[in-house]
Amino acid sequence: MKTQPWKKRKMQAVSAGKSAQCLMKKRPGVLCLGTLGLMLGVSSGTVSAHWAYVSNEKDDTVSVIDTDTNEVIKTLDVGERPRGVTLSHDYTRLFICASDSDTVQVMDVGNDSILFELPSGEDPEQFALHPDNRHLYIANEDDAIATVVDIETRQVVSQIDVGVEPEGMAVSHDGKYAIVTSETSNMAHWIDTATQTIVANTLVDQRPRDAEFTPDDKELWVSSEIGGTVSVIDTQTREIKQKISFEIPGVTRDQIQPVGMEITDDGRTAFIALGPSNHVAVVDRASLEVTDYILVGRRVWHMALTPEQDKLYTTNGVSGDVTMIDVESRKAVQTIKVGRYPWGVTILPKDHVPR
Amino acid sequence: MLRRIRKRGSLRFKLLAATLLLLPQARVYAQQNTLDVDILYLEQRIEHPPVLSNLVSWPEDEGEQGANLAIEDNNTTGRFLGQNYTLESVIFEPDEPAKTRGERIRAELAKGARLVVANLPASVLHSMASLPEAADDLLFNAQSMDGGLRNKQCQANVLHTIPSRAMLSDGLVQFFYKRKWQKVFLIEGNTEKDKAFADALRRSITKFNLDLVESRTWIEDADMRRTASTEVPVFTQARDYDVVVVADEDQDFSQYILYNTWLPRPVAGSAGLTPVVWSPVIEQWGAAQLQSRFRKLAQRDMTSRDYSNWAAVRSIGEAVTRTESLSPADIRRYVLSDEFELAGFKGAPLSFRSWNGQMRQSVQLVHPKAVVATAPIEGFLHPLTELDTLGLDEPESLCENFRQP
Repeated sequence: MKTQPWKKRKMQAVSAGKSAQCLMKKRPGVLCLGTLGLMLGVSSGTVSAHWAYVSNEKDDTVSVIDTDTNEVIKTLDVGERPRGVTLSHDYTRLFICASDSDTVQVMDVGNDSILFELPSGEDPEQFALHPDNRHLYIANEDDAIATVVDIETRQVVSQIDVGVEPEGMAVSHDGKYAIVTSETSNMAHWIDTATQTIVANTLVDQRPRDAEFTPDDKELWVSSEIGGTVSVIDTQTREIKQKISFEIPGVTRDQIQPVGMEITDDGRTAFIALGPSNHVAVVDRASLEVTDYILVGRRVWHMALTPEQDKLYTTNGVSGDVTMIDVESRKAVQTIKVGRYPWGVTILPKDHVPR
Repeated sequence: MLRRIRKRGSLRFKLLAATLLLLPQARVYAQQNTLDVDILYLEQRIEHPPVLSNLVSWPEDEGEQGANLAIEDNNTTGRFLGQNYTLESVIFEPDEPAKTRGERIRAELAKGARLVVANLPASVLHSMASLPEAADDLLFNAQSMDGGLRNKQCQANVLHTIPSRAMLSDGLVQFFYKRKWQKVFLIEGNTEKDKAFADALRRSITKFNLDLVESRTWIEDADMRRTASTEVPVFTQARDYDVVVVADEDQDFSQYILYNTWLPRPVAGSAGLTPVVWSPVIEQWGAAQLQSRFRKLAQRDMTSRDYSNWAAVRSIGEAVTRTESLSPADIRRYVLSDEFELAGFKGAPLSFRSWNGQMRQSVQLVHPKAVVATAPIEGFLHPLTELDTLGLDEPESLCENFRQP
């Protein structure tokens, strides 16, 4: 599906309005120059801004947020029930899990057109791209299967049987392991990417959702939504080193449901989205202690950090918005209305934003 | 009369098991030996009474399919842990003589320490659990909502995955309270079950301090399909009430009360706003996945009884995985401990009340097309867990057999 012409027109109108705002507020010249180009109809967004792509599960759209103005600059029509979103490592393509369309869509970042669809297996929910920029690991929630797709040949390389309701996906930075979490089997499955077979399973707390490797690949973090914990797993032994629990005054334990996780590039800090408790926990990696809880929108799901690591964007499913957190001050700064049930978010760095 | 089916894991699992053997040895949680977990499924088929509506029907395989799905779920997990789950079904038709049924049950229970999922009437379940053959077994009651089984008559070897009627009625009445539907008009059906449900509702109305302004027993002989519009307004005539609650578990007449009440008021209970364990309208908390897995397996929607059977077999699976033991005693100890938690697609995790063996779970208040609310309703507090605001709580419990561990 391509962006409908009327939507593009609307988008330009919005951008033009924004540039006026830019002039009025006397922002730095660079910004205004960027929007000037915009007014000429070349492109959209401000020059110093990254783009945050947010999938709206119940709207079948992706909202694009300009991280400088924190406004939605365009809304793109995609397949049914979009959930996981991720960018290729060269930032030219956006991958979208269109769960109810049973496909992964590949979008050209340059012109928002859907280039092609990948055979993803049924009901793809989340995925992770291998460092080789070629193999996409997809969790097929309804089928207890993980599908590996070669993006270049657009062929399924392998289908691996995993536990019930595979959900979270991660590939280690060295590319050796792909991890799938299965929500009802309560496991993290370790897939050897060389052989595409499972080599180990780590049992974690109830309903594991997200998996993230630390930047040094020494630890794997797995969040357990119903268990209410995050398991920190040693990559060598594949055993749990420590579990992190959460406590927010005035919030019942049942509401504290860890889902999405984001670890800073320097490996020092982890952000954990706590679902219906409407908070994001900040964890110090060295001590594995929770240092802050940040109040965001309702049912916070996934998050993305800007390349400078100064802003964190969270998707808030129930309130239908995105919260921008200022990382340094640990404060929620702005709320951005997007579509219904925002689910995933990924950030396109400014150097790759089409101008 | 008697059906005996032995279900092995599906062919796909067998093939998988074969391919898994070829894999390099996993270091974490991949045992070499297979642990065979046999679960006995006991059911006495229910003869449903004739009801007025042609649309009300009960699937024949209700309950059993929930257990089957959990066996599949357990096996999908089990293949990574070297566990193989099987369900052995022993099903009695409604006309099975009590004597042959009793003999058969004794013979099954005598085959060592067993894990049993029971879909039996309260009296049959109670006498079965008292048998010496059942002393070393662990029984999961997935059908009877009888209050006595969880209270004075509780038995140490019986756990309950289906809620009591009191849990359902508490959930519903909490919602009345929240909506300030203070004055309740109760209509009670004519069966034993209806009386039990009406008693539970009366208890909840007292517990949450609402007013029972009218309580009437339904007249049995009217064909409401034609005369509801003339009969029901007269029947529900009263000075004032905020809500009409109907106890009619077989759904014989309750759906004809809606929109025909003397005063224009909401209807709840067995029709209208209904408290349930499970319903096809539940889709939050990942429930959509469970619903679609069930539909794929059973070619129909999942009911509350299916869910209770699923929860029983999944509880066994979870306990076996965490304890690596097959012993009913170990499994009982684990599921009753604070460590046990089961993700049940209903938000808060499922666990068991250590003082009477009842599974803690939320109650969904639904109408045929949507979830209206989830009880415990926000604001009803409890020192231990809000889920314990539903049903009998520990201080009022007369259950003695769970006192010593």
